[in-house]
Amino acid sequence: MQWEAVIGLEVHVQLATQSKIFSGASTAFGAEPNTQACAVDLGLPGVLPVLNEGAVAMAVKFGLGIDAEIPETSIFDRKNYFYPDLPKGYQTSQMYQPIVGPGEVEITLDDGSAKRIRVHHAHLEEDAGKSLHEDYHGMTGIDLNRAGTPLLEIVSEPDMRSAKEAAAYLKAIHAIVTYLGISDGNMAEGSMRCDVNVSVRPRGQASLGTRAEVKNVNSFRFVERAIAFEIERQVELLEDGGSVIQETRLYDPENDETRSMRTKEEANDYRYFPCPDLLPVVLDQAYVDHLRASLPELPSEKRARFQNELGLSAYDASVLSSSRAMAEYFEAVKDAGGDAKLAANWVQVELAGRLNKEGLDIADSPVSAAQLGGLVARVKDETINGKAAKKVFAALWDGEGDTADSIIDAQGLRQVTDSGAIEAMVDQVIADSPVQVAQYREADPDKRGKMIGYFVGQVMKASRGTANPQQVNALLKDKLDNA
Amino acid sequence: MHDKTLTELAAALAAGEFSSRELTEALLARIDRLDGELNSFITVTADAALEAADRADQARASGQAGPLTGLPLALKDIFCTQGVRTSCGSRMLDNFVSPYDASVVEKLAAAGSVSLGKTNMDEFAMGSSNENSYYGPVKNPWDLAAVPGGSSGGSAAAVAAGLVPAALGTDTGGSIRQPAAFCGITGLKPTYGRVSRYGMVAYASSLDQAGPMARSAEDCALLLGAIAGHDLRDSTSVARGVPDYRETLEASLSGLKIGLPKEYFGDGLSPAVESAVREAIRVYESLGASVREVSLPHTDLAIPAYYVIAPAEASSNLSRFDGVRFGHRCENPTDLIDLYKRSRAEGFGEEVKRRILIGTHTLSEGFFDAYYKKAQQVRRLIRQDFIDAFEDVDVLMGPASPTPAFDLGAKSDPVAMYLQDVYTIAINLAGIPGLSVPAGFANGRPVGLQILGPHFAEARLLNVAHRFQQSTDWHRRQPAFGKENA
Amino acid sequence: MALEPEDVRRAAHLARLGLDDHEAAGYVDDLSRILEMVDRLQAVETDGVAPLAHPLDATQRLRADEVTETDQRERFQRCAPAVENGLYLVPRVVE
Repeated sequence: MQWEAVIGLEVHVQLATQSKIFSGASTAFGAEPNTQACAVDLGLPGVLPVLNEGAVAMAVKFGLGIDAEIPETSIFDRKNYFYPDLPKGYQTSQMYQPIVGPGEVEITLDDGSAKRIRVHHAHLEEDAGKSLHEDYHGMTGIDLNRAGTPLLEIVSEPDMRSAKEAAAYLKAIHAIVTYLGISDGNMAEGSMRCDVNVSVRPRGQASLGTRAEVKNVNSFRFVERAIAFEIERQVELLEDGGSVIQETRLYDPENDETRSMRTKEEANDYRYFPCPDLLPVVLDQAYVDHLRASLPELPSEKRARFQNELGLSAYDASVLSSSRAMAEYFEAVKDAGGDAKLAANWVQVELAGRLNKEGLDIADSPVSAAQLGGLVARVKDETINGKAAKKVFAALWDGEGDTADSIIDAQGLRQVTDSGAIEAMVDQVIADSPVQVAQYREADPDKRGKMIGYFVGQVMKASRGTANPQQVNALLKDKLDNA
Repeated sequence: MHDKTLTELAAALAAGEFSSRELTEALLARIDRLDGELNSFITVTADAALEAADRADQARASGQAGPLTGLPLALKDIFCTQGVRTSCGSRMLDNFVSPYDASVVEKLAAAGSVSLGKTNMDEFAMGSSNENSYYGPVKNPWDLAAVPGGSSGGSAAAVAAGLVPAALGTDTGGSIRQPAAFCGITGLKPTYGRVSRYGMVAYASSLDQAGPMARSAEDCALLLGAIAGHDLRDSTSVARGVPDYRETLEASLSGLKIGLPKEYFGDGLSPAVESAVREAIRVYESLGASVREVSLPHTDLAIPAYYVIAPAEASSNLSRFDGVRFGHRCENPTDLIDLYKRSRAEGFGEEVKRRILIGTHTLSEGFFDAYYKKAQQVRRLIRQDFIDAFEDVDVLMGPASPTPAFDLGAKSDPVAMYLQDVYTIAINLAGIPGLSVPAGFANGRPVGLQILGPHFAEARLLNVAHRFQQSTDWHRRQPAFGKENA
Repeated sequence: MALEPEDVRRAAHLARLGLDDHEAAGYVDDLSRILEMVDRLQAVETDGVAPLAHPLDATQRLRADEVTETDQRERFQRCAPAVENGLYLVPRVVE
């Protein structure tokens, strides 16, 4: 039987506010335990929440960024359950009237085609603290610094059909929130966390299969692998005549598998009800319009501009707009280098290849955009040829010079375009290679194309790579063919 | 000194008749002598009170005295007070020394008042008799066999017994007005949002409101002016100017339109209470007011709606008491569930558990619409009753409670106890202000006249109560308790 | 709506309240009578009546995104039952 996977994602994004969603405590990462947990965050008796405008603005910006409806009124509810990292015994969240209504996110598939994933809604809520399981005499330690950090939970429709689509969706969300500057998107620090709902069904069946929720998938790679594992597990189960049970599973990256979280897990009953300590949040049109006017160019807009105005291919435009860091880097290279296609090529091929090999993020690139732009400018004005350019790039990577120009000068890589100098080198090579010249001249004209490579190589060697290859080629051809 | 009103004490301090320290010492001595029997205080903060009194005397000496400087007060033990145990009448918080001050505590301290301590109360403000306190019941100074009412029973009894001239209480379903009525003092529940709830341990957040309990409406006006106002730390507090409530106390009542809700004079109302209330209304007529009957048709739904909404909010508000960050923690918990279940079972008393269970049940899956949503819809109908009534009249009047104070131990059935609040509970659901003034006695126990007004009509209520107190002396009567030793 | 012992046990578990069988039985009785009293609500026609969550028709005020709190861990942890290295301690949580 042919199976089809149906996947939906719940992405929790920590918003980049200075202070917490309901208190004036700092949200900075990495402080000593409980030093950023104020009376409100600790849920001391008698404390009350007051909503942070920054969190509201960021949530609305996200909504505008995915063309979502922004309802005039949203309401905070309490989700009641006991857990040591949840100080008040409830999480303040939005169950029934979220701040962001339905919207859409466009993802690019491997074949370059686009697909729209619907977002059901996004709501604001407070993050919980952390449980530290190092040994405190058999006890668990609770750090509430993270408690009250604003989260935007973005809930997709079950519109994805493969692990790759899910990963592409997560990347698209990452790009949007980082473009908007509403989150640092740092998955390693938990700024973006993801729960995945997966079910499978026979291809062509309209109704959905029973889904499992997989928690704790906190990197692009893990999302893809956890879903792939889960699809395989469910298909195997069904093909063996079993059935999928609705449950929560945990992804274990070390063993690359998902595990049922608790066998005895009781049915949750969160007893949602409107938080009586917070009033309805009412956003007037002027406020929303003001935020709309402040939106930066978003990934989809950038992609379109890269394609339409800069003439990049659909693939290049998509890759270069995929993250804010990548796009900003590329645009800086393009501006300094004066050529969009050359810049795209250098960023995509040389730089991305090297970064990938070294396992570095573009933000950590040892070659700055200004440096690479300087290099591109010299390729564009033919100061150096392609071969020399690679040498300059390697030197920049290794920190052997501050600018492409200084490296070009120091290593004498300036391209020789003086035809007299090139002709002298060509003549010398022809004179030094009588055997090869004779073979060339005896060969069929259609084989000569390949044979000329030897002479080109000799001339380039003689010029230490600086001769203009086109000129060398033309001169050689002329002299060998017409002697 | 102990039988004077705040206003009189302020005048005496200003005239140099005695110092704040002398006054404070006298009252502390009286508490020491009498409160063993009354049990109105949970914690007496004698040292801090004397320090505050000295500071007040110095401020006065240097010409920096305000209207509250040097005046002794007591705080219901629901207000967080930095460095002082804030128990909320519960074993759960018996060991809780608050690390911060409630907004009203801050305001009263900044105004130079002198807190004598924290008063007894029904645990987490859940009760109408003060019998639900971990620290034992409070007695009614008018009759030691009677309850003082609740949940602000300690505040009411302390003021009535002359241990302190005024105190703060809180009112979620009648917890200021009913004990004020039972103890023969004046108590005001302001409009919801008029006084900050920050630092007041929450029972039912959409109903709770702090207010003054004192010997006269004039004193309540003085205190309300000091504690009312917008607080940036309480989202539900209202950004609206605070009038000088004392300025309008003397306004004439000529032409005042009084409505008597017929539902507040029906079955279950003690004839002796009714007759005292009707007599009080005749006083108003003599002052130029007109009286007419009105109807609040949804009155009988107020207690049912309240016992859905308040326990639901309470069940969630009280989840933070889990033995992890503060409060009672059981010995040697075997695991997390054991820590939670035993700490909470040991820390909470019976009535608190009852309301947590009711609230948890009515919010749970499958019941929410039938209970919580329905109760909120009925809440709107109840509020509308009052809005409609205030189209025709300026204030509503009726009894604060269907009976005078009942005997300790007389109401062991929780539902019978809940029905006590039949005239006070709707006011919290509607969020309007309400006040109880002493209006006579029934079988030797005080009767309270309840006066209700539209949202933010506190100034009018205080004016209406003050003019009554200029024409009557019920509020000046004092119980025999403590007199022979005075 | 009648209340069964199972309802009380379930609510007690959700609310993390330890109850022995005797106490639970008492609460079944109390809670049943309270719910009976509350059930008067069911007879009221409320179609089209919007639920009222707050007595005033006010809207949420927003706070500027500024850090206003400083570290007061030492003070806040003075009332804590068990702390070590600045962490609150609870019996081991099994994930």
